[in-house]
Amino acid sequence: MVQINPDEVIYWSLGETFSINETIVNTWIVMALLILLTWISTRHLSIDPPLSHMQVFMETIVSFMKSEIEEISRKSPERYIHFSGTLFLFISVASLLSIVPGYRSPASSLSTTLAMAICVFFAVPIYGIAERGASDYFARYVQPSIIMLPFNIIGEVSRTMALALRLFGNMMSQNLLVAVLLSIVPLFLPSVMDLFGLLIGQVQAYIFSVLATVYIISGSFADEDQKEKLSPRGVRE
Amino acid sequence: MTAIETIGVASIIVSGLTIAIGSIGPAIGEAWALSRALNAIAQQPDEANTITRTLFVGLAMVESTAIYCFVISIILIFSNPFWNYVTR
Repeated sequence: MVQINPDEVIYWSLGETFSINETIVNTWIVMALLILLTWISTRHLSIDPPLSHMQVFMETIVSFMKSEIEEISRKSPERYIHFSGTLFLFISVASLLSIVPGYRSPASSLSTTLAMAICVFFAVPIYGIAERGASDYFARYVQPSIIMLPFNIIGEVSRTMALALRLFGNMMSQNLLVAVLLSIVPLFLPSVMDLFGLLIGQVQAYIFSVLATVYIISGSFADEDQKEKLSPRGVRE
Repeated sequence: MTAIETIGVASIIVSGLTIAIGSIGPAIGEAWALSRALNAIAQQPDEANTITRTLFVGLAMVESTAIYCFVISIILIFSNPFWNYVTR
């Protein structure tokens, strides 16, 4: 019987309520790796030509994220890269580490993905209120009329659930597929599927952070976009 | 049939039906989106980057319906909450 939920693999527990399971440990590993890598690569930052490899690598990643956010939002990426970029880096590294045997991505547990989706859920009003003010932001929920208020709220909650379930379903299905294949054709096919899983992990990391950015942007600039559409000059390229 | 057999039979059959019926719609939708995107790339190769990015995000959103069905069928098979009522 394959353990599909990394929450159920418990390493250490204190009573009934508090326990250290595989999800938490793997999350710590990913966090430690990210912090260590960024610390090492930003110790000797320089602008003179002999740049260290790590600095070039990190700059490539950061500038890629900045350009993506700028193309999606058509706003300055400085405000959004902290949040969306962190989500992307975490999910991407968490799924990349699957090449290490015995490791399972913490994103294949619903608790991790739900936690990140709840972060997005709260980030949308925080960015929106910081951008437009509280009354202007909450007026969005009663657009176009007060009847739409419950539907807007349901939409907000259900898209958070969708965000969490999408990442969880993709990651878990990958693990499960490899585990099932391992019992049917154990020789060659599981490693091919693992390779395919790396690609899926990157695509899902990209999609999760893009959707988070899109939600934040749509919470912050809804009215501006409408005005832009109405004005004759505001033709999108 | 005892309660435990009923639950087992029902969960296995329903989980198979869930993923079978639930994947029809997303499959058609994704194929349609992909074919339209390929058309668009063939007509405007310069816009391939934007089209591909939008396609990926759109495909992920279309796919999520199938993922919900998959999650539900996995729950039914591996961690069915109704087992607790009969096995206890």
